[in-house]
Amino acid sequence: MIRIFRHLRTKEWCFVILSVLFIVAQVWLDLRLPEYMTEITELVQTEGSAMADIYSAGGKMLLCALGSLVTSIIVGFFAAQVAANLSKRLRREIFEKVESFSMEEISNFSTDSLITRSTNDITQIEMIVAMGLQLIVKAPIMAVMAIVKIQDKGTWQWSALTACAVVLLVSTILVIMLYAVPKFKRIQGLTDNLNRVSRENLTGLRVVRAYNAEAYQEEKFDKANEELTETHLKAQRAMQVMNPMMSLVMNGITLGIYWIGAYLIDAAGALDKLPLFSNMVVFSSYAMQVIMAFTMLTMIFIMLPRAAVSAKRIEEVLGTKPAILDGSASGETALRGEVEFRHVSFRYPDADEYVLHDISFTAHKGETVAFIGATGSGKSTIVNLVARFYDATEGEVLVDGVNVKDYRLHDLYNKLGYVPQRAVLFSGTVKSNVAFGENGKPPAEDEEIQAAVRTAQSADFVEKLEGGYDGAVAQGGANFSGGQKQRLSIARAICRRPEIYIFDDSFSALDYKTDRVLRSALKKETAGVTSLIVAQRIGTIKDADRIVVVDEGRAVGIGTHDELMASCEVYREIALSQLSKEELGA
Amino acid sequence: MTRGIHHHMRGGSSKMPVNFKKSIGKLISFCRPYIPAILIAMVCAVASAVLTVIGPDKVSDLTGLIEEGFLSGIDFDAVLTICYTLIAFYAASWILGLTQGLVMTTVNQTVSKNLRRSISRKINRLPIDYYNRTSFGDVLSRITNDVDTISETLQRSIVQMVSAAALFIGCLVMMFRTNWIMAVTAIAASLIGFLFVSIVTKSSQKYFLARQEWLGRLNGHIEEVYSGHNIVRLYNAEKQQSGAFNKMNEKLYECNWKSQFLSGLMMPVMSFIGNFGYVAVCVVGAMLTMNGEIDFGVIIAFIIYVRLFSSPLSQIAQAMTSLQSTAAASERVFEFLEAQEMPDESNKTAVLENVRGEVEFDHVYFGYDSDKIIIHDFCEHIYPGQKVAIVGPTGAGKTTMVNLLMRFYDVTSGEIKIDGVPVSSLTRENVHDLFGMVLQDTWLFEGTIRDNVVYGKENISDEEVEKACRAVGMHHFIKTLPNGYDTVIDDKMNLSAGQKQLLTIARAMIENAPMIILDEATSSVDTRTEILIQKAMDRMTEGRTSFVIAHRLSTIRNADKILVMKDGNIIESGNHEELMAKGGFYADLYNSQFEKAS
Repeated sequence: MIRIFRHLRTKEWCFVILSVLFIVAQVWLDLRLPEYMTEITELVQTEGSAMADIYSAGGKMLLCALGSLVTSIIVGFFAAQVAANLSKRLRREIFEKVESFSMEEISNFSTDSLITRSTNDITQIEMIVAMGLQLIVKAPIMAVMAIVKIQDKGTWQWSALTACAVVLLVSTILVIMLYAVPKFKRIQGLTDNLNRVSRENLTGLRVVRAYNAEAYQEEKFDKANEELTETHLKAQRAMQVMNPMMSLVMNGITLGIYWIGAYLIDAAGALDKLPLFSNMVVFSSYAMQVIMAFTMLTMIFIMLPRAAVSAKRIEEVLGTKPAILDGSASGETALRGEVEFRHVSFRYPDADEYVLHDISFTAHKGETVAFIGATGSGKSTIVNLVARFYDATEGEVLVDGVNVKDYRLHDLYNKLGYVPQRAVLFSGTVKSNVAFGENGKPPAEDEEIQAAVRTAQSADFVEKLEGGYDGAVAQGGANFSGGQKQRLSIARAICRRPEIYIFDDSFSALDYKTDRVLRSALKKETAGVTSLIVAQRIGTIKDADRIVVVDEGRAVGIGTHDELMASCEVYREIALSQLSKEELGA
Repeated sequence: MTRGIHHHMRGGSSKMPVNFKKSIGKLISFCRPYIPAILIAMVCAVASAVLTVIGPDKVSDLTGLIEEGFLSGIDFDAVLTICYTLIAFYAASWILGLTQGLVMTTVNQTVSKNLRRSISRKINRLPIDYYNRTSFGDVLSRITNDVDTISETLQRSIVQMVSAAALFIGCLVMMFRTNWIMAVTAIAASLIGFLFVSIVTKSSQKYFLARQEWLGRLNGHIEEVYSGHNIVRLYNAEKQQSGAFNKMNEKLYECNWKSQFLSGLMMPVMSFIGNFGYVAVCVVGAMLTMNGEIDFGVIIAFIIYVRLFSSPLSQIAQAMTSLQSTAAASERVFEFLEAQEMPDESNKTAVLENVRGEVEFDHVYFGYDSDKIIIHDFCEHIYPGQKVAIVGPTGAGKTTMVNLLMRFYDVTSGEIKIDGVPVSSLTRENVHDLFGMVLQDTWLFEGTIRDNVVYGKENISDEEVEKACRAVGMHHFIKTLPNGYDTVIDDKMNLSAGQKQLLTIARAMIENAPMIILDEATSSVDTRTEILIQKAMDRMTEGRTSFVIAHRLSTIRNADKILVMKDGNIIESGNHEELMAKGGFYADLYNSQFEKAS
């Protein structure tokens, strides 16, 4: 928790220190108030005191109150500044850190967890800094100062009563919280559960209806609903005890002090009666302050653990070192468009099993090399190594004759045009998506963007869009169909004018016809560019210059379609499962 | 009511103006069974407020007694009477407060539970069509967020409003009864504070809303960049994305500190007003005391009244804002609950059993919008046991056919007949029983493998489940799992796409319907599993009339009938040879699979 404050700058530290000073001043002023109250009370009580004295005491008290208001506004300003600055900085640091992560770190944390860490966890910290810090500083100061004040005002009976009240209140709050907080945590989980059941019903709407299983789903929902409501009831009922308890204690303490006071005053000498009486009035308001201070402290101790967990989660991200580091080689290579694997083996960090064994092949400039194999055979992993999502465990991956590890990452990426299996679009416009990122060249002109969209067979639906190329793309590309998204993400790669294309199973969302037309157009437009294609369909890769058949991480065959049909059993099996003999001959 | 439906038919949105009275009215009528309980809670709240108001009066009597006793000695009988009365008051107020809280919590949670249940029932009574206009996220958010908002705000607002009003009036009465000059002083002091606080609230509200909005946008951006991390990296777009991020972060920061700061002002301002009121009451009180108009106890009482009086005002204001959000949330909930359901079918008596599987499309017209007909006058006769392939490019509307056969949608005009009986005369349940269905996006739920395969059907023996799983080649795999058929399918369990598909086929086998609808999944399944799926599907279609959304060439070629779809419409139909001979769209589509990219 403390480590998170490393992220504060000098200016904010000054704010923090100033805040502490102002808080001390504020508490001092707040505690002066009852003294003026005493003075006013005494003046009112004393026969023949002048109205002017009352005015001046009242004026001083108002000044004090005003001073306290001003100081708390200043403290509030500082706290808001420190909290907002800290959260802004943490958010940016995490965001930039995550941008520098490789697949390995992302999958270690999981995307969902990283998102929560960048949003909810930071909000938690922000809240504790904005509200909690003030209270953390203020509550002990207030408690100590109020107790000091009480010491010479009160009698031991009043003090004992106040102590009892504090113990009673604090222990009630603690007991309730210890009971309720775990329940609230469970409620979170149960709400997720209810959501899951409802989502299940919604996503399976057709299946649910086709099987007439509505009652079955509803029964499941009722169970989840019942459980959630029960837990809610338990937690909420416990919380209901809090408020009446607080007012009972607050009222009780005033009554108690006056009750005891009656006996004390009665027993005191004639001269002591009046001072004792006004002390009593003052003591009851100080006692209230003490109780408030302890209540605040208890609340903080309940809030703090949650924030501490968040702080730890944030620090975990910030403290992670990316596994993929920049090299020093520039992209100015003599060779262009060549990819070579030399005896490459790969296993995931912390895994025992190898995913790839001893893979070797070369793709020369302008060639198309395809990878085919069963799911889980490792064919996508091969192209992932070219893009340095991971680094090869053994052997070398060379691009343009240079080991990929030696490149400056930006320079390596500038050579590549990568299209993922699952199309990813970003909110913005069609244009901003196609001309995405930087490629070390001047930004793409409108004509280039349009040409890329045309090649990717997307011109028809893009031009129909409201706004055409400036048409809006919703978050995650939600306003496009799967096939359209895939085509736009291909256009994005084309617009980059790379030396090497990587298509990681990018054509499977397209129907056969679009698939063929697109690849024809691509071939025409990108003559001389090397392509690595991972595919499921034989039709997509039949005409590749070289096909690498991957089975359980090994290259079991390398050659053209015809060669492999003749020599490679695995390839033949795949081909025959998709096309009949005569179709393969066609 | 009609308004809600009307809105939804246009694709409901949450941004419509809130009709406060109507929404709250609907909520109240939904709460009807609990109104007695709510009334009890209100009575408790009022009673406890009354006690809170009378309390200070007694305290002031107490100080009066002590003061009087300075010279003559304190009258302890009177003191004790007051003390015991106060103890009784406080105890009663504690019990009343607690009762009120517990009753309201129970009412609230029960109402929330009922609301959630109503929504879940509603989900299954709405036409499929509805969900094309509403996102799942939106429905889910009504079940959780909106219902939560209702329960949270209801808990506070209703009772708070009543008790604050009681407190307010009570205070007013007591103050004027005690001393009108002091009363005017106290009210004036509190009103100034109230005005100030409402100004602060209003402006901080603005920044809070802005903050929520920017936070939402920023979260969206973060989500997008994190989940598209590979692309951002490989396209060297970190700078671009950080730029957008920083802009939003900066905006968020602005709203953030302003809203924090303004809302932080509340407490100090309130306590200043408290002190201000104190001084005002003391000074005015002192003047009156000196003139001998009041005694000291009145000042003490007013010190407490000032504190009591300022809180109900801000409480009522707070309760009003909460009620606003209650209204907004309940409008969304009731809008969903009142959306038009599928037509009632309880009057339909025709039941079709033991069908042969003859399907006839008789001059069918259909459009998702009644003014945009996409299927025109479609006629086709399918004989028992025939295999019908539905083909077409992506997005051609192949699922439209499934929708019509399953009566997820009703035809605009014309008839679909099964064994000569128009499906419109059958209940939906009956139609659903006639078809087994396997869709491409495999749908499994979190539950045991057995539950997933049996899926709601009763009287299915373990042997039958095993037989079905054996038929799809999953039996051996299931047996290797630690809990066999009782293994729970969840996120942690890594079933491949193919295995999931096989389980849904097993499910369809258990249903054992006379006709079958299949969506062939081809992508992302490895070769060996695909062969298994093929075999399982072929076995299922044996002897049954089947409709297959075809991706595989073998299916297309040996289908008895091929329906070719394009842009939502059926443009060609016939068997493979006929269509190839025709040389139309189908021939083109078919040939494109073998052509080399040139």
